[in-house]
Amino acid sequence: MRGRRVLWSGVALACVLGTAFADELAPARQAELVRLVRQDCGSCHGLTLKGGLGPPLVAAALGDKPAESLKYTILYGRRGTPMPGWRPFLTDADAEWITARLLEGFPDAR
Amino acid sequence: MRARTVAIAAALLLSVGCAQHEPRGSGDLGVIVERSAGRLQVVDTTRQTSIGAIGGLGDLSHASVVYSRDGRYAYVFGRDGGLTKVDLLRLRIERRIVQSGNSIGGAISQDGKLVAAANYTPGGVRVFDADTLEMLADIPATYGDGGQRAKVVGLEDAAGSRFAFSLFEAGEIWVADLSVPRAPKIQKFRNIGRQPYDALITLDGRYYLAGLFGEDGVAMLDLWHPERGVRRVLDGYGRGEQPLPVFKMPHLEGWAMAGHLAFLPAVGRHEVLVVDTTTWLEAGRIQVAGQPVFVMAQPDGRKIWVNFALPDNDKVQVIDTETRQVVRTLSPGKAVLHMEFTARGETVWISARDDNRVTVYDTATFEQKAVLAAEQPSGIFFTVRALRFGF
Repeated sequence: MRGRRVLWSGVALACVLGTAFADELAPARQAELVRLVRQDCGSCHGLTLKGGLGPPLVAAALGDKPAESLKYTILYGRRGTPMPGWRPFLTDADAEWITARLLEGFPDAR
Repeated sequence: MRARTVAIAAALLLSVGCAQHEPRGSGDLGVIVERSAGRLQVVDTTRQTSIGAIGGLGDLSHASVVYSRDGRYAYVFGRDGGLTKVDLLRLRIERRIVQSGNSIGGAISQDGKLVAAANYTPGGVRVFDADTLEMLADIPATYGDGGQRAKVVGLEDAAGSRFAFSLFEAGEIWVADLSVPRAPKIQKFRNIGRQPYDALITLDGRYYLAGLFGEDGVAMLDLWHPERGVRRVLDGYGRGEQPLPVFKMPHLEGWAMAGHLAFLPAVGRHEVLVVDTTTWLEAGRIQVAGQPVFVMAQPDGRKIWVNFALPDNDKVQVIDTETRQVVRTLSPGKAVLHMEFTARGETVWISARDDNRVTVYDTATFEQKAVLAAEQPSGIFFTVRALRFGF
């Protein structure tokens, strides 16, 4: 119950911050993306995004990585590593939204 | 939430407070991991109900569980490095430590005295006294010039206080002998293949098999004859084909065996691979609905149950091992993460993370016997694991 409230306030916060990134994603889609990142990216990068088989995706760890290269990695993967391209599930706008959220600290899904 | 806490407190009071409390065995118990709540539900597989919950276990994404020999204590390995010993009968935490920064799973020794954890950060294996959780050995997974540490995957218990495990970045298999727990002896096998991602040990404890992610194949070590070295099986099973992107790593836990045939997930392909274990050669492939994650035989070996990575993770397919045909496709819910059989296999319990439920199926008729509510359930682990190698 409390988890859900945190999720929604996280999403709401992301919406406020997100206006600067000109995202037009519907709140429902944003919630889907939060779930996708936390749960499915989380199977390699950890639910808390502190890393697992894949590297950590917390803001401090991403620090100096350019947004454009993060977006490219999300959509097309990284050769020679298990990181797949998520293009089948994501539009450009989705990947940009995820990148922006990762760089500022990803909203909590719990 | 509050009601549950009160219920647990009441149960505890009862179990502690009244001496005439009916004793019970643990053979038909198990746990369901509620991954983001950091909680376990304890289930009774005979009555097919939840009998309580234990919280405060930390980050349980990718959590796994092994059992003490008496099936009373569950050792829970959390992603955040937490190692918690949980008493299923008293529904409480017995001991809890945070043993590393990032952990992937663990194993318990043949004699039940040692619990080992496989760690990503810092890469290596740590071994603990099963009673006290005191650390007895720390085995850093160093490789190359010794300055780097690899993530450890596929940690399995082998006969004689040994543990076998694989080093993801290094492409090595190590066997640690903990006959003298504070002085482990390590045997290293190098160049076993690129990026071992998980491993299993056969039910007899003889063969350790590490699946490779960086190339098509499986690295096999005969633990009866480690002097023969690591041998490649299913080499280049995807030859000439472009693998699909892999949205979830397959798991090799357990051993889908039926007679002399073994069934394994193909990486990056919509296929289950069939291997003849008398020759260790490929004996066929079965087309399935998606990329397999778990390929598990029900205990009688008659059927194989398969779940899948995104975007097919709402399905489970069942393969008949005699005809090698898919005989049923089930829809247990969104984001199916795990399946667990009761000891003799009359039911299988399947978790659907995004639908917050665990469904109990009759394995003979595919009929739904029960549905249990659970918050984002992932792994399901029954105490029968206490009695087997590799679980």
